[in-house]
Amino acid sequence: MTQQLLKNRRLPSDRPATVTFYDYCSKGELRFQACADCGEFRHPPRPMCPHCNSQNIEWKAVKGTGTLYTWTIVVQALDKILVDDVPIIVGIVELDEGPRQAAWILGVAEEDLRVGMKLKVSFEAVTDKVALPQFSPA
Amino acid sequence: MADSMSLRDRACIVGIGETEYVKGTPKSRLELALQASMAAIQDAGLNPQEIDAVELPNGSAGGGAAGDLAANLGLGDVRFTTSLQEMGGAQCVASLEVAAMVIAAGIAKHVLIPIAVQWASGPSARAFYEQQGTGLQSVETIRDYYVPFGVGAPAQHYAWMAQRHMSIYGTTHEQLGAIAVAMRKHAQLHPKALMRGKPMTMQDYLAARWISKPYRLFDCSLENDGAAALVVSSAERARDMKQKPVYLSGIATGHPYPPQDIPNRPDILTIGLDFAAPAAYAMSGLTPSDMDFAQIYDCFTGQTLLQIESAGFCKKGEGGPFVEGGRIELGGQLPVNTHGGLLSQAHVNGMNHIVEAVVQLRGDGGERQVKDAEFGAVSGWGGHAHGALAILRR
Ligand SMILES: [Zn+2]
Repeated sequence: MTQQLLKNRRLPSDRPATVTFYDYCSKGELRFQACADCGEFRHPPRPMCPHCNSQNIEWKAVKGTGTLYTWTIVVQALDKILVDDVPIIVGIVELDEGPRQAAWILGVAEEDLRVGMKLKVSFEAVTDKVALPQFSPA
Repeated sequence: MADSMSLRDRACIVGIGETEYVKGTPKSRLELALQASMAAIQDAGLNPQEIDAVELPNGSAGGGAAGDLAANLGLGDVRFTTSLQEMGGAQCVASLEVAAMVIAAGIAKHVLIPIAVQWASGPSARAFYEQQGTGLQSVETIRDYYVPFGVGAPAQHYAWMAQRHMSIYGTTHEQLGAIAVAMRKHAQLHPKALMRGKPMTMQDYLAARWISKPYRLFDCSLENDGAAALVVSSAERARDMKQKPVYLSGIATGHPYPPQDIPNRPDILTIGLDFAAPAAYAMSGLTPSDMDFAQIYDCFTGQTLLQIESAGFCKKGEGGPFVEGGRIELGGQLPVNTHGGLLSQAHVNGMNHIVEAVVQLRGDGGERQVKDAEFGAVSGWGGHAHGALAILRR
């Protein structure tokens, strides 16, 4: 199925767990794979829980609030697809429930970036099936 | 028999070889690997027929399969071959551990370890991460969870670590710059350094364009073509061979957790070398303060800083002040990358770091010789912070 590209972004692959993650995002939900037996998050998705070795999964919703763990400001675009967007702040956001996710940080001046600053999620639709989480100050 | 057999001083590096390092070459990786291999075999005073093991630190991507090398070099009865994977740039140092095991177990006598790179002529690092079907979770993680956000090159995801170090420890751009400037200074003294004849001041460093903040152009290693190779033999044989033997006194590898994803590590500044270094020192019976120099895998300045800390040369978080004031330059307390490193000599996945350590311990460093160098450390880093440390002595 070809999807209409709404934004110039490099799409994730069609691995099943990846499709599920971004499909939830396109519905406005941030959910991470977790162990259906012991409840621990395992993100990025993997086939076995390293805490209890269960292969059972669930997709646990998080509130979408968290803090900035670190960041980089991409000035030289990875490839042509992003040349009109750079510089972009790509942070690692630690969700309040624990998992961390790379995402664009919006609405913050470079000099105001701080480890630990409070952030909240929103979503940017890239196709009708894929949306990317992005964060701005809470 | 004891539960464990220490590899301490069981094996020696007896031969080293390097091609020229260039940006762009008509030669294949196999041709480059063969050229470096012949140089190393001749340096060891051996004939190719005496090589009976081939180790490929980067698999066939490093020049060819073991059989390709054997068929061209005319290796006869090869008793052992192996390839390393997943640890990326740490695999050259890690290959020393395997060579020592093979020799200590009596499986082979002379192990050839070649690697060729085509960072300039071949596909980019980014292309590697975009491959489908590698079976590596690390590649899938980058492709599915970093690349959609515009992060897919090492300069970008490693910049996350450098920024965190700056934010929580107060490390400065000038401190990262001190690493780049020291490497450039050393490169002026090495005939095969790509940056020889191109000195760089701190002002030059700070004026360069941004790649992915906090990394500027000269925080990033070179992209070049070339090859380097080693021959490793038993300590008993090495004593009667052509060169002064360089003993592998300690060797260990270590891994970050989880290895395949950077953001979800409990602490992204805990790296594989944190686990490798104590084991390598323990095997050698030596400590960081015994080291006369260190060849650190300087893929980026921030990763160099992390490894200087993890290799025990200063405390965690104190790498910034440590690299200032010429401490890591020739003549300083701990000369680092006396050949110019990946930043200013050439990017040969760190095989050039092992070669340079051997040159120093033989006393063949010429105008860049560390006076009376007796002990040296060589680190490897790769594949998202896997680590390896070798402790070498003359
Ligand atoms: Zn579990």
